[in-house]
Amino acid sequence: MKKDTQIKKNPLSLQLDLSSFEKATDEEKFLQQRMRESTTFFKDGMKRLSKNKIAMISLAVITLIVLIAIFVPMFYPYDYGQQLGIVAGQDSDSSYNNLRPFEYGETELKRIEAGEKIFPHIFGTDAHGRDYAIRVIYGTRISLVVGFFASIIVLIIGVIYGSISGYYGGKVDLIMMRIVDIIYSLPDLLMIILLSVVLKQTLTPVIEGTPLGKLGTGMISIFIVFALLYWVSMARLIRGQILSIKQQDYVLNARSIGAKSGHIIRRHMLPNCISVIIISTALQIPSAIFTESFLSFLGLGVAMPMPSLGSLASDALSGIYSYAYRLIIPAITICLIVLSLNLLGDGLRDAFDPKLKK
Amino acid sequence: MSEQKNLLEVKHLKQYFDVPNGFLRSLKLKAVDDVSFNIAEGETLGLVGESGCGKTTVGRTILQLYKPTDGEVWFDGTKIEGKKTIHEFRRNAQMVFQDPYSSLDPRMTVSDIIGEPLDVHHLYSNRKEREEKIGHLMDLVGLTSDHASRYAHEFSGGQRQRIGIARALAVDPKFIVCDEPVSALDVSIQAQIVNMFEDLQKKLGLTYLFIAHDLLVVKHISTRIAVMYLGKLIEIGPSDELYHRPIHPYTISLLSAVPVPDPNVARANKRIHLEGDVPSPLHMPSGCPFRTRCPRATAKCAESMPELKEITPGHSVACHNL
Repeated sequence: MKKDTQIKKNPLSLQLDLSSFEKATDEEKFLQQRMRESTTFFKDGMKRLSKNKIAMISLAVITLIVLIAIFVPMFYPYDYGQQLGIVAGQDSDSSYNNLRPFEYGETELKRIEAGEKIFPHIFGTDAHGRDYAIRVIYGTRISLVVGFFASIIVLIIGVIYGSISGYYGGKVDLIMMRIVDIIYSLPDLLMIILLSVVLKQTLTPVIEGTPLGKLGTGMISIFIVFALLYWVSMARLIRGQILSIKQQDYVLNARSIGAKSGHIIRRHMLPNCISVIIISTALQIPSAIFTESFLSFLGLGVAMPMPSLGSLASDALSGIYSYAYRLIIPAITICLIVLSLNLLGDGLRDAFDPKLKK
Repeated sequence: MSEQKNLLEVKHLKQYFDVPNGFLRSLKLKAVDDVSFNIAEGETLGLVGESGCGKTTVGRTILQLYKPTDGEVWFDGTKIEGKKTIHEFRRNAQMVFQDPYSSLDPRMTVSDIIGEPLDVHHLYSNRKEREEKIGHLMDLVGLTSDHASRYAHEFSGGQRQRIGIARALAVDPKFIVCDEPVSALDVSIQAQIVNMFEDLQKKLGLTYLFIAHDLLVVKHISTRIAVMYLGKLIEIGPSDELYHRPIHPYTISLLSAVPVPDPNVARANKRIHLEGDVPSPLHMPSGCPFRTRCPRATAKCAESMPELKEITPGHSVACHNL
């Protein structure tokens, strides 16, 4: 019977030969199984981020700047406040003032002739004979610290306020959001200037001699202003997220098992708006740095002799015709930090929140 | 059936929602209006009705996810009222949700999802005990332990619903509200899940309130069936009796819409089409809510809402014109 069918088959027939379609054995089926590695949301986002070249370059630049700002002052032979021309017990040596890059003061030149090795003044010195390179590095450190801590303050207040407002909704939400609207409508610069004037008088005796005193009242008022004013946009953002997450079935599900509000906010709501939190914090840092530099430029920031990038730029203005590089160096540093943080923030947004992508 | 103990008693339950209507004005949406029923221990009450008739709201209000506008819920001889009894009640009454995609937190692993009720009610003394309990629950619903570290989005609809059921079983409840647990699944999976519900009922002695709009599924699983229309209970009775001898005109038309797999029978059956649309729950008709579409409506129907009357033992109907 089988032979018959084989003989009858026309060589031009398109009928398929069933014998060439064998059933797969269980073993072969098992080999075909492919399981995707179980990834978390965070891993997934990092993977996408690592494919974004601009974001990775920005990340490298920021890491480099942060490392320099942290570690270089530890090994650097000069201090940010040290006036090189003034040595105890001697007359002040004006040859150290306004040195150009890689120039040396008189006593240093003598020591070099005697065969000593002297660390060069890479960016020269300023009008008071202080090494400019270390001042820029120190200024970067201050700017980064301000940016980082201001963002953390904004993050904490904004997240707590926004999630409470969004979660409880109704009248609570209405009142809390009207407060936000009022704060939103205050001109922030005016508030900073007023606060720093008021705080200068009230805080100066309190913080005298403490580590905070070194930072100066200007700096503290910047932090206070950030704590008072800048959290509102974060709070609004978080509230919006919480409002939409509140409608999700898994929140109702959590309530049906008897979970309390705090548990639901912590375990379900915040993890689900973590991408928004990461992104807006990353974008908050450069704006804080920018505000700080700008205020220091106006003379409202850190106290002398502590440098910040803004106050360095401001000081350089007086000698702009002869020593233009003193303005350019801190300005470029600010640009680099703010630009790369912004680009990294954009990269994070694309990686963690694909919905926002244009 | 009557000699069995009632596990859950719902008395004159009302749930109204305020719907904003213009500036500072609102209308009352009567999602559930004066619904009363009992569920005996170990039985399954099927709750059917068309979309928007308040089935889900009944389920959620019983579990106190919405604060009832009026009425009482008694569970195991205790009235559910106040924070303490509600918290205790939630250890005994759980819910399985309709949509297995949105009811599981996308940021949690399966073991965390199933373990969450254990965390909330502190039902374990150490990590090992927690792992063991989760493993046991996963086994109960037919998941393997290597699924534990995966995220919900890595599963199919049927598997997700199993996760949801395991989560509901975690606190060892007596009563489960199944809110259309199979409507979002395709037919072959529906059968698996429904059979699993039955197995679990036998194994763990559970009592179900099974909400669905698929009459065949409800008939298969339920001991008794309740029919709702626009927030009101219009007919309730033993499953077989209600299925074969429906009395309320709405139930009759609802049952005539059930597809029959045999084409000869299907042709012989006459489909009863109802006139018009469901009235808006914001502007309910006076008296019986069904009168606008009812073929038997009389003047009396517009005057008052008929009470549920017992026709045969256990079978009650709310209609003036029997």
